[in-house]
Amino acid sequence: MTALRIFVPGDSAARSVGADDTARAIAKEAQRRGLTLDLVRNGSRGMLWLEPLVEIETPAGRMAYGPVSAPDVPAILDALLQDRQQGQGRAHALELGLTSEIPYFKKQDRLTFARVGIVDPASLDEYVAHEGYRGLAQALTMEPAAIVASVTESGLRGRGGAAFPAGIKWKTVLGAAGDQKYVVCNADEGDSGTFSDRMIMEGDPFVLIEGMTIAGLATGATRGYLYLRWEYPDAKRALDNAIAAATARGYLGADILGSGRRFELEVRLGAGAYICGEETSLLESLEGKRGQVRFKPPLPALQGLFGKPTVINNVITLASVPIILARGAEFYRNFGMGRSRGTLPVQLAGNIKQGGLVEIAFGLSLRELLYDYGGGSASGRPIRAVQVGGPLGAYLPESQFDTAIDYESFAAIKAMLGHGGIVAFDDRVDMAAQARYAMEFCATESCGKCTPCRIGSTRGVEVIDRLRGGDQSAKQETLLRDLCETMTHGSLCALGGLTAYPVLSALDHFPEDFRPVHVPA
Amino acid sequence: MSQSAPRRVIPIKPEPVSTLAAAELARIESVCVALSNLPGALLPILHGIQDALGYIPKDAVPLVAKRLNLSIAEVHGVVSFYHYFRTERPGRHVLHVCRAEACQARGSVALETHAQASLGVGWHGTTADGAITLEPVYCLGNCALGPAIMLDHRLVGRVTPESFDALVAAARTGS
Repeated sequence: MTALRIFVPGDSAARSVGADDTARAIAKEAQRRGLTLDLVRNGSRGMLWLEPLVEIETPAGRMAYGPVSAPDVPAILDALLQDRQQGQGRAHALELGLTSEIPYFKKQDRLTFARVGIVDPASLDEYVAHEGYRGLAQALTMEPAAIVASVTESGLRGRGGAAFPAGIKWKTVLGAAGDQKYVVCNADEGDSGTFSDRMIMEGDPFVLIEGMTIAGLATGATRGYLYLRWEYPDAKRALDNAIAAATARGYLGADILGSGRRFELEVRLGAGAYICGEETSLLESLEGKRGQVRFKPPLPALQGLFGKPTVINNVITLASVPIILARGAEFYRNFGMGRSRGTLPVQLAGNIKQGGLVEIAFGLSLRELLYDYGGGSASGRPIRAVQVGGPLGAYLPESQFDTAIDYESFAAIKAMLGHGGIVAFDDRVDMAAQARYAMEFCATESCGKCTPCRIGSTRGVEVIDRLRGGDQSAKQETLLRDLCETMTHGSLCALGGLTAYPVLSALDHFPEDFRPVHVPA
Repeated sequence: MSQSAPRRVIPIKPEPVSTLAAAELARIESVCVALSNLPGALLPILHGIQDALGYIPKDAVPLVAKRLNLSIAEVHGVVSFYHYFRTERPGRHVLHVCRAEACQARGSVALETHAQASLGVGWHGTTADGAITLEPVYCLGNCALGPAIMLDHRLVGRVTPESFDALVAAARTGS
């Protein structure tokens, strides 16, 4: 009998609900039955409500079972072995059919996440066998300006939140004079409701390394830093191992694949400061300083890390580059709508029945994501509000659920897509408490440089408390709106500048929650 | 240059006597030796010290400053800026509870209350038996499977008050 090939995700979300126990149980059961087992710890397929999602390789394809906890394992193996002997299926209650046919997965446009959940993320050979490093091979035949042009033509915009065209950033760095240039990857994924960076770093680390290497070739940068948040220890391990493997095989180092071109890469850990997801704070932090925001100009593209020209992009942006080079700019830009080209890995989170990662072309509506993919709330109660784009994103009421996933459509309703995180809340949410939390979060995480952000956020918490306490509520509301305006216009970066989004959207769309808790007699 | 009075030199105050044990001192030194040549070495060194000792002792600050040719104020400023760095010795286990919105939507506020009440400590506090230090954290990247906590760098999802108590009890007994 050939080896039984079984996949149990090593993704940290899957591990957080018992994937390690499941994997151990499978190994133990296989040994007890004398089966030869090939157990792969793959990335997650992104259907997180089904984790641990176990897949078993069959002649027809990979059969999915989920969620599989350790005690389910013997019965699943029984069903499977009987199937093998008799040649016909005896379905187990947790069987979900072929993974590739599950509608949640099948309907997606997996470009950046093409390999996540499919390959063994620790294997460079599997990466190469699944179209890996074709983008780099292509880039090595091109002039730097042609690589930059290709990225520009693809329409790729920064996926970290600001949505700035990646090609234009790269062009500035290419044109900048400097004895040393850098590529910095922003892997400080601090927005609540987002985990796509984590999933790709754990599930396909080589694609990010390849993207950074191409960025180096395109701009003349020879050193890369990957600034990773400490909260992702599994991603750190995966990246360190992948960098070592890529270096050993000549994909990184002083002479990339014999081309004479150099690119070296190192992972650096953050230390729990949300503000370090802002690019200039991140650069300060990499330099060993407090993560305080810098004035712009000078742009980091001209004077970035250690004062040198620096490409700084988010994980998903850089991880989208290899497929653009491998398949061509045209292929990528054919996905999407308007000025939002390509795909966005959307993350469904919070109170949602089918939470997970959905990579789709821009243009789908929020409602389709919440109900067709997400299946509504986890609690079974109506979804009352969703926050899109992290702690600085607006809260949207049901009346705005038809907004298309597109940067411009969101900007038009004073909201933002940000990094693509969608957090659902059911009808038990207290929107005034959420507004207060937004101010509290800003106070905790402010770097302290701009007074409206540093002090205004604390005052904001107090004003909301007074408003709800019934202390001259009408005046407090005026004051709160005025304060939000001051923070918006008086802060250098998005933390102070966008805290008004969650606060004012909560106030505008859910005014009933802001009425005084104790109505005066 | 005009002829002025000779420049008065303000003597640098001698460093107060370190209270670090010899073993701790040696580990701090070895971290500094290994990492101080990196560009932007301060954060890697502080991580190294916290990994080795569980915290960054106050008396480590002048040593790091001297090694990197920084002022004590600069190093202190960095240590105190980042939430992750601690200057007090933690309990045997560090437990981070996610406070961010996605976990709130799944009931993390009740879990926070339960955590503080059952452990008898507030944020940053360490239980009386020295077993657990409780810390807040803003997002662990497990937003579809909240509420989430991290116990000594191990992520746990869908935490209920009951499973929280079981995890804490297991950590206490070392199982």
